[in-house]
Amino acid sequence: MLTLVGVLIVILGFLFRVNPLLVVAAAGIATGLAGGLAPGAVLDALGRAFIENRYVGIVWLVLPVIGLLERAGLKERTQALIGRFRAATTGRVLLLYLAVRQVAAALGLTSLGGHAQMVRPLVAPMAEAAAEMHHGTLPLPTRHAIRAQTAAVDNIGLFFGEDIFIAIGSILLIRGFLEQNGILVQPIELALWAIPTAIAAFVIHATRLLLLDRRLARSLAAHALAAPPAAEAREEVRQEVRDALA
Amino acid sequence: MLSLEFIYQLMGVLLGGVALVNARDAANPRRWSNTAFWGLYAASFLFGSWLPARVSGALVLAMTLVAGFRGLGQGRSPTTSPAERRASAERWGNRLYLPALLVPGLTLLGTLTLKRVSLGGVPLVDARQVTLISLGLATLAALAVGMAMLRPPPAAPLHEARRLLDTVGWAAVLPQMLASLGALFALAGVGQVVAELTTRWVPLETPLAAVAAYGIGMALLTMLMGNAFAAFPVMTAGIALPLIVGRFGGDPVVISAIGMLAGFCGTLMSPMAANFNLVPVALLELPDENAVIKAQIPTALPLLAVNIALMYFLAFR
Repeated sequence: MLTLVGVLIVILGFLFRVNPLLVVAAAGIATGLAGGLAPGAVLDALGRAFIENRYVGIVWLVLPVIGLLERAGLKERTQALIGRFRAATTGRVLLLYLAVRQVAAALGLTSLGGHAQMVRPLVAPMAEAAAEMHHGTLPLPTRHAIRAQTAAVDNIGLFFGEDIFIAIGSILLIRGFLEQNGILVQPIELALWAIPTAIAAFVIHATRLLLLDRRLARSLAAHALAAPPAAEAREEVRQEVRDALA
Repeated sequence: MLSLEFIYQLMGVLLGGVALVNARDAANPRRWSNTAFWGLYAASFLFGSWLPARVSGALVLAMTLVAGFRGLGQGRSPTTSPAERRASAERWGNRLYLPALLVPGLTLLGTLTLKRVSLGGVPLVDARQVTLISLGLATLAALAVGMAMLRPPPAAPLHEARRLLDTVGWAAVLPQMLASLGALFALAGVGQVVAELTTRWVPLETPLAAVAAYGIGMALLTMLMGNAFAAFPVMTAGIALPLIVGRFGGDPVVISAIGMLAGFCGTLMSPMAANFNLVPVALLELPDENAVIKAQIPTALPLLAVNIALMYFLAFR
């Protein structure tokens, strides 16, 4: 039971909004000590794990390229480009990205996407610009809510697409685990059983995205009527948008 | 042969440059905190493969203390004004997408072809890491094309990288820290304790109850560990194999394939999955740190229910 002290620290830390780096370091050290390791050995384990997991940090390598293009007006160009497609709405832009991301991940192309290389420089500006084209300047909370939806689409498309690809880490992990327990299975069988969930994920999230357009229209129309909005009206709209997007 | 080490050295150079830019920026009230933080992170990439584990551990602690108690600040990077950006967007048009699309395009090409390239009998790249190495090479190529095309000041990529890393702040290191925590959890056997508690206190007398406990357990343990991969062996060995497969005769292939996806529903709802849920909050400059999780919960919960139903109907055909 004492080994769960780390989990407790993490939950309390996130609850009381202590700096997550501190929380995680404290949880790691407490877990190691509770598991019977000497303080020096805990430090060794922490250092070894951090160095072994350096590949997680590689996403940041793309930042110089993205920054360079932002400096040259990539977001502005994307917004102008979306303005030419009258049929584009936030929901439809995100729906298209969901489909592309999920199909690409299912083909093993998980690197076609990601928050640093696709969401921030390309997809989020498109989704915002599509809403602006139909509703005029957006209030900041709406802008933020649209961005959060864009990040969500990237995650959902990735998670429920990649497991259809036979050489992805999770499929290989399942295969290895089952083999250790005396069950031999081909990766293709595992990938096949990921398809029903992939379809369900797409249907559920696509429905939400199409409803998002309607809710955006409704809450932004209310916002326009209240112009120039008094402070409380603005707060009300904010709440509405938050509810609509929750 | 190019290995992952090559990419780590590139990362080290980038982060070292960011630390240097920070050290020279007197406008940042937290100038030396930023310098120390990114400098230490750079050292972990440059020298990590050779440092004793204890020194690396001390380095991680030092970074944590700097970020946690001193805090990081935002400096001022020389960048372009909104008007300059609009003019530049007008001038370059769709050509701006070329470097942006070179990154995924060349990564894909490299992943598919580099495995087979060898020079004098020695393979060019480490085949197990081909995607990450291709990503590194693609980024270098895109940077070269971008520089040749746009002709910005030579230090611009570094200043821009620094501007973006400053917006992300310490959250940039959080995914790696959480992965390390997962390793410590695994070492101490946290998952086994959770699985034991579940089987002891939750009644699992029918196939449906067992399947639901497994699906929900996968999601919950994934939320705690931040990673479905860490939760999968524990919950599957704890509940799925002995009960669902052993006692009720369910199909282990269906159960484990969909069980993993039930875990992914947990990933969508957990701040522990920082690279998916917290990093975009920082990158997109959102004021609510749970904004992405809140956007995902209404999809994650129904999908978890669907996964449990799918396991129940497909595993006991």
